[in-house]
Amino acid sequence: MKSIYEKLEYLKARKAPPLKLMEVCGTHTAAIFKSGIRGVLSPTIRLISGPGCPVCVTPASYIDRCVAYAHTPDHTVACFGDMLKVPGSVCSLSEAKAEGGRVEMIYSPFEVADLAAAEPRQTFIIAAVGFETTAPAYALLMDELTERGIENVKLLTALKSAIPAIEWICESEESVDGFLCPGHVSVVTGSGVYEPLAARYGKPFVVAGFEEMHLVDAIYELARLAEDHRSSAANPAETSLVRNLYGEAVSAEGNTKARRVTARYFEAGRATWRGLGELDESGLYLRDEYRRFDAGSHDLAEDVALPDGCRCADVITGRIDPDECPMFGTACAPGRPAGPCMVSSEGACGIWYSNRG
Amino acid sequence: MNVSKITMAHGSGGRDSAELMRDIFGRHFANEVLDRLEDGAVLPPSPESLVVSTDSFVVTPIEFRGGDIGKLSVCGTVNDVLMMGAIPEYLTCGFILEEGLDIAVLDRIAMSMAAAAREADVLIVAGDTKVVEGRNNGLMINTTGIGTLRDRSAHPSAANARPGDVVIVSGNLGDHHACILSARMGIANNIGSDCAILCEMADSLLNNDIDVHVMRDVTRGGLGTVLNEIANASGQVVELSEQEIPVDAEVRDFCGIMGLDPLYMGNEGKLVAIVPQAQAERALDLMRAAEAGRHARAIGKVIGADVNVGRGSVVMRTKIGGTRRVDVLFGEGLPRIC
Repeated sequence: MKSIYEKLEYLKARKAPPLKLMEVCGTHTAAIFKSGIRGVLSPTIRLISGPGCPVCVTPASYIDRCVAYAHTPDHTVACFGDMLKVPGSVCSLSEAKAEGGRVEMIYSPFEVADLAAAEPRQTFIIAAVGFETTAPAYALLMDELTERGIENVKLLTALKSAIPAIEWICESEESVDGFLCPGHVSVVTGSGVYEPLAARYGKPFVVAGFEEMHLVDAIYELARLAEDHRSSAANPAETSLVRNLYGEAVSAEGNTKARRVTARYFEAGRATWRGLGELDESGLYLRDEYRRFDAGSHDLAEDVALPDGCRCADVITGRIDPDECPMFGTACAPGRPAGPCMVSSEGACGIWYSNRG
Repeated sequence: MNVSKITMAHGSGGRDSAELMRDIFGRHFANEVLDRLEDGAVLPPSPESLVVSTDSFVVTPIEFRGGDIGKLSVCGTVNDVLMMGAIPEYLTCGFILEEGLDIAVLDRIAMSMAAAAREADVLIVAGDTKVVEGRNNGLMINTTGIGTLRDRSAHPSAANARPGDVVIVSGNLGDHHACILSARMGIANNIGSDCAILCEMADSLLNNDIDVHVMRDVTRGGLGTVLNEIANASGQVVELSEQEIPVDAEVRDFCGIMGLDPLYMGNEGKLVAIVPQAQAERALDLMRAAEAGRHARAIGKVIGADVNVGRGSVVMRTKIGGTRRVDVLFGEGLPRIC
């Protein structure tokens, strides 16, 4: 068993063939930059960002709908801070607020229950954006709303499941040699969810946390699994290519309680992903019996076109690094973003921009 | 006072206003200038240049662990005057009270302002009260501080950072921000605001012949933003060492859960001092001897240029030996934090 420092030394000096590893989750992208590991790794290891920033994969038509609600009399849009500056085709929620629209920034969905109880004549539209990790909180909010008899809250959902997007990448981006699996999503789904993907596509999947030593460990494990798998490619390995290095938070079966409460209120359906298009069973929508709490989430399949030159879609799918986009740092920067990837704290472009040389 | 809540009458300029002045502000802030109750304060002439700074305080909640809006309104303005290399002497305060505010709360806040003013050795010499309709039964405070410059030739300035200088921060980062956010979210923990008067520490540095090149308080925008301003103004590169950045363990855990970075979180009782390397040890000892500086740490140095980043940047040496750029705060930050 190698120590973490030996692993780091191996990754610095590695000479074997080039490896392209995708970190699916935006929080990992941020952690990778924070750790400074990109500058330490051997040039043979390339880290690319994936579709794991929920704000970034949300279509612009969704923002447009939120903006319209903010300007609708007796309506207030409640959202997390990340969403405020995301540009829609007309303007962002932050701009809508400055023009007199009602927008409340929240830290937790549960704040909305109290806001709604205090202002029964207002309808509160929650911009419910997120992955498997966030969905249970909205389900628990639904518990609270029904218990307290609060009816003036509606959800505009762009809740998504990260797993179909990872499968889409496996299917369409052959050059990715391995996946650093989203840590928080895996808490809910369990590491077992990657077994069928690993077996079908013959690629390693490693679940890891967010500290620098977690990252070193995970990248080492991905490199080793990919190399072993290549060398035994003629004889497909019987053993699993999935490793869970985040045992303190992630189990093989995941958080079944969280999945159960989510399933009580939500069901899977087709959803539009910026850059990926429509994916079956990748969105979460309120079930029919709770449809009165839905603010029209089903009719947001059509995405409006990206601004000319914006290569958001290629960034989300790992085809290019953010600084290869012609707008990066010039026409698109955090103060005046063209696409969501430049705004969100989990967006690859914004993270690259704040670490630019 | 014979009522328990602020009413519109307290802002009328009539008898209720006079009562409020007598029973709350006059009682706590009493001094020979204010007690004259004139339209304006007459201050003695000063041989040195005057430094003036003003700030408005809108924090919610108005009372929090480690302080309240009153203490904050004195600390914030006094510290700004102090960072100019001046000796703070006078304060004015304007209160905007919301109808329905508990007079007992106002009394506590005025008492806490008076205590902070005594600690900073400043007199509150003028003030004003208005009452508005509001939703939160709260209050807002504006304070203006006046101080006299110590030495016109060599006051600290962001432009004065020099290659080789050592960067010292006076203590743990992010306490105030984490405290306010915890209170708003109803999260029970032991995190308290760092809200503090920095006079003792600044005096100690400036009165003991430390050649302080730069001195800035670290408030909204956090250390990352302040250091970028310093790097920009001086045209130097600031290089930080990740493992030296002081953060309280509970605040670090809180930040981990909330996805916050202590480098960009607001503080209300922290300063960053940039001093020549030869004086760094002594400066650290002096800072640590002051109550507000007991966790002071040297966190990095000023370098002339770096091959990887342009002048005017801040870089961090990470724990695993990599580097990353430390940029200014982008985005909303947390509103109504101070």
